[in-house]
Amino acid sequence: MLRFILRRAVATTFLLIGVILMTFALARLLPGDPARLIAGARANAEAVAAVRERLGLDDPITTQFVTYVGNVLEGDFGRSVITRRPISEDILTFFPATLELVIVAAFISLVLGVFLGALAAVRSGKPTDIGVRGVAVTGLSVPDFWLALVFQLVFFATLGLLPFGGRLGTGVAPPEFVTGFMTIDSLIAGRFDLLIDALKHMILPVTVLAIPSMAITIRVVRTSMLEVLNQDFIRTARSKGISPARVYRHHALRNALLPIVTIFGLNTGLLISGAVFIELIYDWPGLGRYTANAISASDYNAIMAITLVVAIAYTLINFLVDLSYSFIDPRVNLS
Amino acid sequence: MTMLSTSPKTGSFEQGRIKSTLGWGWGFATSSGQAMLAVSIVLFVIVTAMLAFGAYATDTYLTSFDPLKMNIRTRLEAPSAEHWMGTDKIGRDVLARVIAGSWISLSVSFAVLLVAAIIGTSVGLIAGYVGGITDEILMRITDLFLAFPALILAAAIATSFGGGMVSTTVALAAVFWPWYTRLIRSRVLSLKQQDFIAASRCLGASHTRLIFSSLLPMVWPLVIVQATTDVGFVILAASGLSFLGLGAQPPTPEWGAMIFDSLTHQPASWWLAVFPGGAIATVAIGFNLLGDSLRDHLDPSLGASEAGV
Repeated sequence: MLRFILRRAVATTFLLIGVILMTFALARLLPGDPARLIAGARANAEAVAAVRERLGLDDPITTQFVTYVGNVLEGDFGRSVITRRPISEDILTFFPATLELVIVAAFISLVLGVFLGALAAVRSGKPTDIGVRGVAVTGLSVPDFWLALVFQLVFFATLGLLPFGGRLGTGVAPPEFVTGFMTIDSLIAGRFDLLIDALKHMILPVTVLAIPSMAITIRVVRTSMLEVLNQDFIRTARSKGISPARVYRHHALRNALLPIVTIFGLNTGLLISGAVFIELIYDWPGLGRYTANAISASDYNAIMAITLVVAIAYTLINFLVDLSYSFIDPRVNLS
Repeated sequence: MTMLSTSPKTGSFEQGRIKSTLGWGWGFATSSGQAMLAVSIVLFVIVTAMLAFGAYATDTYLTSFDPLKMNIRTRLEAPSAEHWMGTDKIGRDVLARVIAGSWISLSVSFAVLLVAAIIGTSVGLIAGYVGGITDEILMRITDLFLAFPALILAAAIATSFGGGMVSTTVALAAVFWPWYTRLIRSRVLSLKQQDFIAASRCLGASHTRLIFSSLLPMVWPLVIVQATTDVGFVILAASGLSFLGLGAQPPTPEWGAMIFDSLTHQPASWWLAVFPGGAIATVAIGFNLLGDSLRDHLDPSLGASEAGV
């Protein structure tokens, strides 16, 4: 077991080095002269040369890479052109809002995905199954930025049931910053009115964000459940006279849930990508909206920093998923 | 029923081949309700896209409106008998633009998948067949591309290449090829153990011959099924990049860019976003269903012989 963990850790370390190398290469591929970009369009040749000197752009590429790795390890990604603040500070400021959204969406997509996927498998071939599969295909095929807009049109513009966007109503003072999660902070401040307001603002973004990963979960659980239901131990359980509900819940579903762990990484990727669009449309002040704005404004430093940070987080999550899978399912071959 | 079965009565081999291909297609399209729906949607989309391309190439248009021509007097008109999908902020007909967008989306998608499938399949074949240190190196490179969430990597690459349609195509191909490599490699690893490969080798078949004549025909149905499903995902991703301002540039009638353009006119001019997005969803659902139906119909796990190829 220890050898397995160590080997995965070494592989992950190499992967992380590769990720840094790739982001560095992408940053160097950027169109235009980075020094010119930083110095500004109207700066004279000396000023640009000074910036080149300061950034070490004339150094050999290997030296530049070492500097880059050093900066990354110190959490120094330069400044954002839009916010004019260090990008690492920006990331810390905007991260909690996104995390709040992603956690709730992940939870909802998991619960609904497991329930609907298992239901479809149990009712295989029946109208329920066809309906659930339809939901899954549609959920995977509908662009989330479009769905977000349509929901906004229906629930805000037409029905007036839910707010347009943001985390709280306009002019509402947020609760004191503790966790950065609006819901939890409102609770800590004892402001139930704020909690309700915050929840109302979360309904639409969370729903749209949860749909694609729910669709994937449905498919995985359905396939895996169908496979498990065909196995001998299910027949044994049935022939012992155990009620169908109990067979489904205690015998089949437990085994069918194992593959969910393997799609955890994939779903995280979907949620991160989804947040970019959804936060832009619902004006959610998180990392997703920050990324979308950086892309439209060609804020290269910010784009590259986010790419790197997200990739590192994603790689570490996948590493943990790998490890946990072998813990959860002892049948997994470790070698 | 295989595509290669020729009917002696129809004369030439080629004729028989075309006939049985059509017969196979008909058999597949009518194999289930899902297949029928999928084939209908996809045929409709492909025919529309081809007509739209024909119209573009010959400088005519399919509807009574030019997708690029502005008309200040018809700005932001709601859908009507004249403009079925309304008009945009500079008076262009939305229906004409949605139709013109079909060939843009489909051609980007096909280009991306062609590149991704060729690179991915080649790397997968080599890694699986050669094995050893080559396999190790190639698979670590593949892992590296999978270490980023797809959209983030695609956006970073598209940014680095300066945006625009070509950058988007490169960026999406870079995101999609590793999946083909993984798929093909694992298939090749299991095929390699089988007797017919050993037999060919004993008969003195060269490596090239083994790869091209024995392995490739066995794996390409997998590639086709995967690519069919992926058409929808590539269109989603491409329109997403355009929505963020990285893909098609104005005035190109690209669906994602059209939705982004409409943001400043929401919620008043709902038609600007609803129709292009509906088009993306329709195409994606069509190709997703088609991929699923093909997989069920061919069941690539059974191997190519049963797949009718």
